[in-house]
Amino acid sequence: MTARSCHDLCRRIARRIEALPDRPVRLMEVCGTHTVAIHRAGLRGLLPPRLRLVSGPGCPVCVTPQTYVDALIELAGRPGVRVATYGDMIRVPGRSTTLERAMARGARVSVVYSIMEALSLARQAPAEQVVFAGVGFETTAPATAVGLKLAADERLANFTVLSAHKLIIPAMTALLESGDLAIDGFLCPGHVSVIIGADAYKPLAARFARPCVVAGFEAEEILRAIDLLVAQLADGRAEVENAYARVVTADGNRRAWALIEETFEPADTPWRGLGTIPGSGLAIRAELAHLDAARRFGLEITAREDDHGCRCGEVIRGAIEPPECPLFARTCTPANPVGPCMVSREGNCQACYKYSRAL
Amino acid sequence: MCLAVPGKLIERDGHSGTVDVRGNRVQARLDVVPDVRLGDYVLVHAGFAISVLSDDEAAEALDLLDDPDEAMPHDGPLMP
Amino acid sequence: MTDGNGNDTILLAHGGGGELSDRLVREEILSRFPSRELARLADSAVIDFPGSRLALTTDGYVVRPLFFRGGDIGRLCVAGTVNDLLMSGATPLALSLGVIVRDGFPMGDFRRILDSVAATAAEAGVQIVTGDTKTVGHNAADGIFLTTAGVGVVPEGRRLDYAAAQPGDAVLVSGTLGDHGIAIMSERQQLGFTSAIASDAAPLVEPVAALLAAAPATRCLKDPTRGGLAAALNEIARASGCSIILEESQVPVREAVAGACDLLGLDVLNVANEGKCVAIVPPDQAEAALAALRSTRYGREAARVGRVEAGKPLVVGVNDLGGRRLIEMPYGEQLPRIC
Ligand code: SF4
Repeated sequence: MTARSCHDLCRRIARRIEALPDRPVRLMEVCGTHTVAIHRAGLRGLLPPRLRLVSGPGCPVCVTPQTYVDALIELAGRPGVRVATYGDMIRVPGRSTTLERAMARGARVSVVYSIMEALSLARQAPAEQVVFAGVGFETTAPATAVGLKLAADERLANFTVLSAHKLIIPAMTALLESGDLAIDGFLCPGHVSVIIGADAYKPLAARFARPCVVAGFEAEEILRAIDLLVAQLADGRAEVENAYARVVTADGNRRAWALIEETFEPADTPWRGLGTIPGSGLAIRAELAHLDAARRFGLEITAREDDHGCRCGEVIRGAIEPPECPLFARTCTPANPVGPCMVSREGNCQACYKYSRAL
Repeated sequence: MCLAVPGKLIERDGHSGTVDVRGNRVQARLDVVPDVRLGDYVLVHAGFAISVLSDDEAAEALDLLDDPDEAMPHDGPLMP
Repeated sequence: MTDGNGNDTILLAHGGGGELSDRLVREEILSRFPSRELARLADSAVIDFPGSRLALTTDGYVVRPLFFRGGDIGRLCVAGTVNDLLMSGATPLALSLGVIVRDGFPMGDFRRILDSVAATAAEAGVQIVTGDTKTVGHNAADGIFLTTAGVGVVPEGRRLDYAAAQPGDAVLVSGTLGDHGIAIMSERQQLGFTSAIASDAAPLVEPVAALLAAAPATRCLKDPTRGGLAAALNEIARASGCSIILEESQVPVREAVAGACDLLGLDVLNVANEGKCVAIVPPDQAEAALAALRSTRYGREAARVGRVEAGKPLVVGVNDLGGRRLIEMPYGEQLPRIC
């Protein structure tokens, strides 16, 4: 990354924006890791004020429903059950508490970096039921698929997965279909695209006339992608471009997809703040029902939410900016979050809070 | 939504291998990159190699250093 | 911290050195012990005493694993206590050592830990002058815990205080950041990575002496332990009422530590150190201070990483591009993440 080329890119983006009609240009970075990278590099301050970067639904923490977190907490409190989860979920509020607080009162929770560690926990303690919290998008689902297959092959009787895996294309489609989405183009998630391929966005770009550019995570890669998006807007084009070609191919990782299809099937799934989106989730296939924690323990994950006045749904849709939420920076802060967008460092509210205070 | 880091595959044992990530040795499953070879650079996410980086990587990394816009004149630094 | 049912409990994160630790101390501890000296929340208390000024500190050590690359709980407890005294400007004199060990703890490990305490104390030039050993039942404690107290003397005329940081001052760090935290994490089995990174646990007697000799007007010192540099700088910013600007590209970080942070989704600024200090020095003494630090064994990679500015009491990171971000007090314990 060179400062010089980044500044050149910023300047060029600014010129292109000036040439566009005088209204805010809103680009959605679908992926929460982009949100973090943009925040870390302070890119918002380097870009023209008319260019608004809106964080989309691509933070698994932000979109996991409260009832899912509640189910994990309930399971971890049952005798003989242990929940294994990525660290990301530990501080996410359910309707009344978090896994972290439940742990302090004796709930059994293990933080793992990989599903392989959850399998090891199950192998080491045959008397304990290990439930793996399967969260994440297409990038993470293949790992869960492999974990499920290994558990099936080994006939592990004490391992299950509670799946909250989500698919990004149905979510983007639902956002666009809702009609009130004030977004001019999409910065598409680099690592999800490793699995689904850049071509996966073509139907969206064509049907809704929104440019889509797949981006990497370095400041310069993000600026390049923004530049391509703004250039498309200037030309009136709505195409898919791949600005992360060293990692992302047109077709994605076919082998990973095949594993997902062997173990999961698409399901209607609740997203926090967005409601239930058809075909946007991954449910464990009937053949593997014995590995499905929802079935083994009789759990139901619904879209029911106690929102405490949180407007994350609108924030995620780009309908409002975080400061327009009456709770923002008042009762809702990173140290004391009301909604998921403030819990996660990938969340729009947290990023916005930190950025605005740094100026 | 997904952190993934590049590293070099330095050991392989069936479906798993050891990836060197800037001097750290990381255990990674290789299930979704079956054709990976020792010495290849892979992208690791949650303990899984999710892709093999193309050989063009170096070329593209160099490309990143190029002036992004020859067509537009420079007018001094954007930020002091 | 209250959950929706009104139940209060201590959380692991209360001990993480971040925002939650800070709140616990302010709300539960300071309110009960009215002391001007305690309220400074410095690494050691400095007590005026006829003829001299005494520095007093106390600490508890619960690290797991007990033995790790670059150190063990014994080295950590001496280094940590000595460093707390040094950060107040004191010359460390003597330490106490309390041991709480459970029934069935291996004698070999016990000896190894005590030998390490002795060796580190010798290196730091302090003696263990009093102690206590308690054994508890198998389920009452996990292995072994150490507690210490340390006393030192603050030389006449030296006053180090976080509140003394002023606009224009330079911010120095004595070496690479994140080594201890990453060394510990790499030894924890379930994270699935190993690293050659060694903990930096070390008593900073030599670098601090060199620094204070070269820069006698040093405003304050702070060891960026739990909560890392982010927590240390936030504490200084809050106490002084000034902004601290951190030049992120100047922060020394080992390649493997940076790689491990990327892998686990951590910010190196939040990762613990056990053999580093932050120094706030007036600008005209900054270069001398840096050269002095660099001339010592534990200060070779010292760097000037930022400056104090007038403004809100915040820490702001500035990168090569001129982009700015708020560097917050970390919340609590650092957890590996996939997002
Ligand atoms: S500021 Fe807090 S309450 Fe408001 S939308 Fe964001 S997360 Fe929800």
